[in-house]
Amino acid sequence: MSAPFQHHRVTPWLLMAPQLAIVLVFFFWPSLQAIEQAFYVEDAFGLSREFAGLANFQAVLSDATYYQALGTTLVFSLAVALGAMSIALGLAVMADRVVRGARGYRTLLIWPYAVAPAVAGVLWLFLFDPTLGLVSGALGHLGIAWDHKLDGAQALALVIMASIWKQMSYNFVFFLAALQAVPKSLLEAAVIDRAGPWRRFWTITFPLLSPTAFFLLVMNCVYAFFETFGTIDTVTAGGPGGATTTLVYKVYQDGFVGQDMGASAAQSVLLMALVGGLTWVQFRYLERRVQY
Amino acid sequence: MQRALLLSSLGTVLALGTGMGSAQANTEITWWHAMGGALGDKVEQIAADFNASQDAYTVTPVFKGNYSETMTSAIAAYRADKGPDIVQIYEVGTATMMAAKGAIVPVHRLMASADVDFDPQAYLPAVTGYYTDPEGNMLSLPFNSSTPVTYYNRERLAQAGVEEIPRTWQELGDALEKIVDSGAASCGLTTTWPSWVMLENYSAINDVPFASRANGFEGTDARLRFNRTAVVDHIERLTRWQEDGRFAYGGRFDDAAPKFYAGECALMMGSSASYANIKENADFDFGVAPLPYDAEVVEQANNSIIGGASLWVLNGLDETHRQGVAEFFEYLSTPEVQADWHQYSGYLPITQAAADLTREQGFYAEHPGTDVAIEQITAGQPTDNSKGLRLGNMVQIRDIINGALESVFAGDVSPQDGLDQAAARGNELLEKFERANR
Repeated sequence: MSAPFQHHRVTPWLLMAPQLAIVLVFFFWPSLQAIEQAFYVEDAFGLSREFAGLANFQAVLSDATYYQALGTTLVFSLAVALGAMSIALGLAVMADRVVRGARGYRTLLIWPYAVAPAVAGVLWLFLFDPTLGLVSGALGHLGIAWDHKLDGAQALALVIMASIWKQMSYNFVFFLAALQAVPKSLLEAAVIDRAGPWRRFWTITFPLLSPTAFFLLVMNCVYAFFETFGTIDTVTAGGPGGATTTLVYKVYQDGFVGQDMGASAAQSVLLMALVGGLTWVQFRYLERRVQY
Repeated sequence: MQRALLLSSLGTVLALGTGMGSAQANTEITWWHAMGGALGDKVEQIAADFNASQDAYTVTPVFKGNYSETMTSAIAAYRADKGPDIVQIYEVGTATMMAAKGAIVPVHRLMASADVDFDPQAYLPAVTGYYTDPEGNMLSLPFNSSTPVTYYNRERLAQAGVEEIPRTWQELGDALEKIVDSGAASCGLTTTWPSWVMLENYSAINDVPFASRANGFEGTDARLRFNRTAVVDHIERLTRWQEDGRFAYGGRFDDAAPKFYAGECALMMGSSASYANIKENADFDFGVAPLPYDAEVVEQANNSIIGGASLWVLNGLDETHRQGVAEFFEYLSTPEVQADWHQYSGYLPITQAAADLTREQGFYAEHPGTDVAIEQITAGQPTDNSKGLRLGNMVQIRDIINGALESVFAGDVSPQDGLDQAAARGNELLEKFERANR
């Protein structure tokens, strides 16, 4: 089967060329520039540029707010990835059982994915606004004073909820597809062996879902690290007191708002290394336990 | 915002069209700005009126997003040699622009080299002072400037039996107590733009330094001082007031405004340019009063300082473009254009003549309270503490201060500790700026 293709050395490259060009121009080139920038101190207009060695990295790594952002990012990412995946799995299992009107349920569950992160942020902001929000008002009646503009923990909880809500749909689609691919014969055999629904799920369905779950774990971590920017920016803008400033948000604040290119580039390089390392760990250790 | 985008792209298309029609005779001047919504429409109109008034130049305004986006785009475009001729930069970006000596043309030099009438004395010192060098030369043309004032809910005040807004913080405390104790409102006072109102303007009005070296006007070696002045007592006062309901923190930027609109807070300190918004959102009778001063610190209020943005001219223009920009600035400074902009937007006029014209037209009589801001900034000659702020990395410093205030109001740190930490972190940024701009 593969024999006719072995002589084609150029064709695969030609076919991949458009995609490679995009990756080179939009990923590798900016990344290399960020790496270069990280070693220079420069004013905003680029009028003076001075080689700074590792000074930018030293400054970043001796900054207490950087570690605060790192801690926030870890809590945030873990909560978002686990929350979005477990809720999606629960919903997918339930939607898989629905016989009547299944299509309607599924469409509704997929909807949030079509909402832009910033819009999702604004929706949640309306619900939880300390003065005007519906949910914050209801919480007030229950005796819970909701003020995410002053309470860091509440602010973090709010951006986590908004981010989970947004990502849940994506996970739901994949889990549902994976559930439907579980061979009925295996489940039927288990029923004959008198395995209950709980046992059937954990011993048959769940292991068969593991490739999907692994894929989603990687995707959700990337999502939590990078794509939640719009949500955070609209809901809390990194506040109060830096309680919702994640690493990506800090890169934006220092580079884009503060015009401190060197420090911002150094942070991006560190972030690249961190996410790269995390993905490597996931592939190295977690993937072993995945059953394809 | 979308509408402004559409309009501005439509403007570009139209400008391109007319440019082609009249061949090379017409010089195009690009103006990048950050005015969305209704303000963006007004910017379009000002440019269109200027274009109609003469036929040598076409000013093309382009909406580039919010202030920081506009600034970043302009800097990136300048580095790629594709910068606009004029760019609107917010007041906290002033030090960065000033330090970029090779990248900008100071307005006073531009006006002197061009064939236009330019009288620096015609401008209001409290407005232009923010944008002049130590010798008093204007570096950028103030465009939209505002200053914080006190807005009050007349109905709640009447319910509490408070006749008028007192002039000092001490008396204000008693008035707020009455409001809360009488049950007229659950919260006395809130503020928008916390650092700008409660630290920067408090320092100016009460003539205490926000930073050393005349708030940075005299050099980049300025360091923050607000943790050693009456500001500490002031923040302490606000935390005390927070406990008994006299004060409530409502977030950064304009986030606190709903507390005032909803009648939760009887008073709000906010930008004079919010007037139109408040009028639209408040379904009660409201009034405008000056910001109070601290009777324990000064005997009389100093002028307050401005916020907003100014227009900078980027370097690299040929003579025709320079002349065009100068003529546009001259047009923009005329009393008619300024008075119209001031009345439409609530931003301060930049010349005395425009303020006088507005008064003559009966605008202040018709809209009581709109003259409070102008009276407040023209109260006396600006001192070293009330000329404005010229600090590098001011965007982040303001962010740090707001973060510290949030920690203080959340009860995590004491006012002194919170302000000390903010000053220490802010000073690191100032040192960095000093090193980068030696």
